[in-house]
Amino acid sequence: MSTETINKEILRGGQFLVKETPCEDIFTPEDFSEEQKMMKESVKEFVDREIWPHKERFEAKDYKLTEEVMRKAGELGLLGIAVPEKYDGLGMGFVTTMLVCDYISGATGSIATAFGAHTGIGTMPITLYGTEEQRQKYVPKLATGEWFGAYCLTEPGAGSDANSGKTKAVLSDDGKYYSLSGQKMWISNAGFCDVMIVFARIEDDKNITGFIVENDPENGISMGEEEKKLGIHSSSTRQVFFNETKVPVENMLAGRGEGFKIAMNALNVGRIKLAAACLDAQRRVIWKATEYANDRVQFKTPIAKFGAIKSKLAEMATNVFVGESASYRAAKNIEDRISIRESQGNSHQEAELKGVEEYAIECSILKVAVSEDIQNCSDEGIQIFGGMGFSADTPMEAAWRDARISRIYEGTNEINRMLAVGMLVKKAMKGHVDLLNPAQEVAKELMGIPSFDTPDFSETLSEEKAMVAKLKKVFLMVAGSAVQKFGPDLEQHQQLLLASADILIEIYMAESAILRAEKTSKNNGANAEYQVAMAKLYLYHAVDIVTQKAKEGIVSFAEGDEQKMMLVGLKRFTKYQNMPNVVALRNKIAEKVTAENTYPF
Amino acid sequence: MKILVCISHVPDTTSKINFTDGDTKFDTNGVQFVINPNDEFGLTRAMWFKEKQGASVHVVNVGGPETEPTLRKALAIGADEAIRVNTPATDGYSVAKQLANVVKEGGYDLVIGGRESIDYNGGMVPGMVAKMLDANFVNTCINLEVEGDSATAIREIDGGKETIKTKLPLVVGGQKGLVEESDLRIPNMRGIMQARSKPLHVKEPVDANAETNTNSFEKPAPKGDVKLVDSVDELVNLLHNEAKVI
Ligand SMILES: Cc1cc2nc3c(=O)[nH]c(=O)nc-3n(C[C@H](O)[C@H](O)[C@H](O)COP(=O)(O)OP(=O)(O)OC[C@H]3O[C@@H](n4cnc5c(N)ncnc54)[C@H](O)[C@@H]3O)c2cc1C
Repeated sequence: MSTETINKEILRGGQFLVKETPCEDIFTPEDFSEEQKMMKESVKEFVDREIWPHKERFEAKDYKLTEEVMRKAGELGLLGIAVPEKYDGLGMGFVTTMLVCDYISGATGSIATAFGAHTGIGTMPITLYGTEEQRQKYVPKLATGEWFGAYCLTEPGAGSDANSGKTKAVLSDDGKYYSLSGQKMWISNAGFCDVMIVFARIEDDKNITGFIVENDPENGISMGEEEKKLGIHSSSTRQVFFNETKVPVENMLAGRGEGFKIAMNALNVGRIKLAAACLDAQRRVIWKATEYANDRVQFKTPIAKFGAIKSKLAEMATNVFVGESASYRAAKNIEDRISIRESQGNSHQEAELKGVEEYAIECSILKVAVSEDIQNCSDEGIQIFGGMGFSADTPMEAAWRDARISRIYEGTNEINRMLAVGMLVKKAMKGHVDLLNPAQEVAKELMGIPSFDTPDFSETLSEEKAMVAKLKKVFLMVAGSAVQKFGPDLEQHQQLLLASADILIEIYMAESAILRAEKTSKNNGANAEYQVAMAKLYLYHAVDIVTQKAKEGIVSFAEGDEQKMMLVGLKRFTKYQNMPNVVALRNKIAEKVTAENTYPF
Repeated sequence: MKILVCISHVPDTTSKINFTDGDTKFDTNGVQFVINPNDEFGLTRAMWFKEKQGASVHVVNVGGPETEPTLRKALAIGADEAIRVNTPATDGYSVAKQLANVVKEGGYDLVIGGRESIDYNGGMVPGMVAKMLDANFVNTCINLEVEGDSATAIREIDGGKETIKTKLPLVVGGQKGLVEESDLRIPNMRGIMQARSKPLHVKEPVDANAETNTNSFEKPAPKGDVKLVDSVDELVNLLHNEAKVI
């Protein structure tokens, strides 16, 4: 990494809301290095050769195939991307890790889940929290795919409330091992894992504790049947039962009572990687849907020529473009933050933990936004295929079913929405992000007389950037007043939190797309005009969503003159000077997509 | 054994082909480039010689800096060194002359090229290189074994196969059969990282004028609409009056 980027003041987590980011400061998919591009091509080749042609077997619950593909992924080095070289990994940065996760996950959710569970929550807790001995013993085997990992947090009574698990860990009389007993549920990779990260409670501790447990049926470990699931049919998901399973004391992960922290931090990484894992699935749906739309003739016309279908293809392409923009922007922020911490003397482990934790808000935003995008994308994919889309003979149906889980695991989207806002408020309270002053500025602006100047928006995307700045004011106005009104009780007002989260999400996603398009335009990059069109189209919807959610929020807690003033402010902050012609934008985007017969951006 | 594999940098077969400057130039805009498939079979066979018989494998391309990612990919697959002769690949003769010079200077025992590259399909380079070097030559090669300084090659001939025994130095025009598609290697992550530190030499070209020149390109006429006809009479009428083929 160059010193130039280290020295540059990089945005802290959540700060995007109060600071303007110059487009040169964000990393975009156009900035991949030659090496990253080559890795991407390799992963695509792997998927096209080993996964995509076997779609039918994956849908027919061929769990062995998942294991086989995972082993081959290990041979190719894909399981060790994020693992330091010292433990037989490749020690690549966060952006490359995201890139691999993105492209390995596109063909089937079964592999996306197996890969995510193994590399993310299965391996990473040991790399990040393990002792040197634990790392030496387990990580190289996991990085090469000789062994597979699973992560056992959820229990029948402990889902979203992850710290409430009942699994017990009892220290033996001789103090040499813990005896684990309890029931874990929904454990991905359970059917073929060699090692598990298991969370259990010691005595009546407030917080759970993590353990590394080798999968040995002789040691009181048994598995339930494979769950019958809506999607990800070849991802192994089972209950795991521990009956006085002996775990040597040296297999405790971090300290006693540290489990909840491990679980939460593992999930931060898991969340942003899950966002990446929902990207290529969208590109593939668009590719197949576009091919179909170009081929399918009704009323003597390829359906791709109908406005109804163009509108779908344009929206689908736009959403994945936006998802990419935001995911890789955040990924590079994390990578840079890790480098800064390392240069300040943190160990790699510590740096990585803090680096990701810093952007926990962005991780939650991305998880929610991109998991919902793949759902919509595959849904419209089915619609483009008409009756054929409903058939298991076309890839749309499986894509749609596979997409569904992403809104549930790694923290449900409800939990992540509330977390995003909750974490931001906490950061503000702690003084890490100054929301108070900007919120007061907005309050002042509300009282003042609006400017009647007509700004000069001739520069590309300048009006859009101004609009994003105004949307940020909407968030500060709504969330700022809500915090003032409710203080710590804000947590109880979930619908308000959810509405604020939606505003926050739209701001981050729209801004990322606009900055990427602006950067591409300034560099005269390929497809700049289409990127600009997509950024504009996305923002148009974002403004609508923000308007609706803000209204909902304002009316829920403000009355009389205060309400009136805020609603007037909202109108001002969501007003376009030049309304975009979204029909023309969609046509332009869709015509490019259909001409290239794939997602071309 | 020192092997040189010639690598053409060609458009992916799924690329949309367009021409610019009044149909005289190939438009590379938005085109994805790959290792020429025939060369990739050769490279994969060369990797086999490397792993089983300890051969060293170099790859060479005649072209501008834009072809380097393709050479890096060959390095990631396992070639030891790469050479780029820094001049655009204009025609078969000039490319062959550059390649022959690289072979002479590098003292290679075996040169593996593709039977043809899938961009312009000239199919002449390996033969010309062999002639310039006065080396033995086997074209359309589908199997190759080397023992000491003798080689056994099988080549595809019309309707059958021919087994040839010959001596090194040898130039081969390879194709599928040297290895099968399922043998082709996806560069693994470690290979890609190692490729970064393997040598990629940029060599200035020797004098070699192109002997041929492309005047213009023409794309095949787009397919017309399918017409469904109801009677033989109408079919005959259309074939005669419209298609003018009978
Ligand atoms: C296929 C699959 C694979 C999985 N893999 C793993 C794995 O490998 N390891 C693992 O440990 N777990 C795994 N899980 C579990 C997964 O993480 C949980 O299902 C998820 O966290 C939700 O928990 P739950 O199912 O108990 O739902 P609940 O927590 O019961 O939630 C039900 C509903 O209530 C909402 N809700 C819950 N609490 C609140 C609240 N405080 N405020 C507002 N709304 C709330 C939720 O958003 C949701 O809509 C997997 C699950 C599935 C289905």
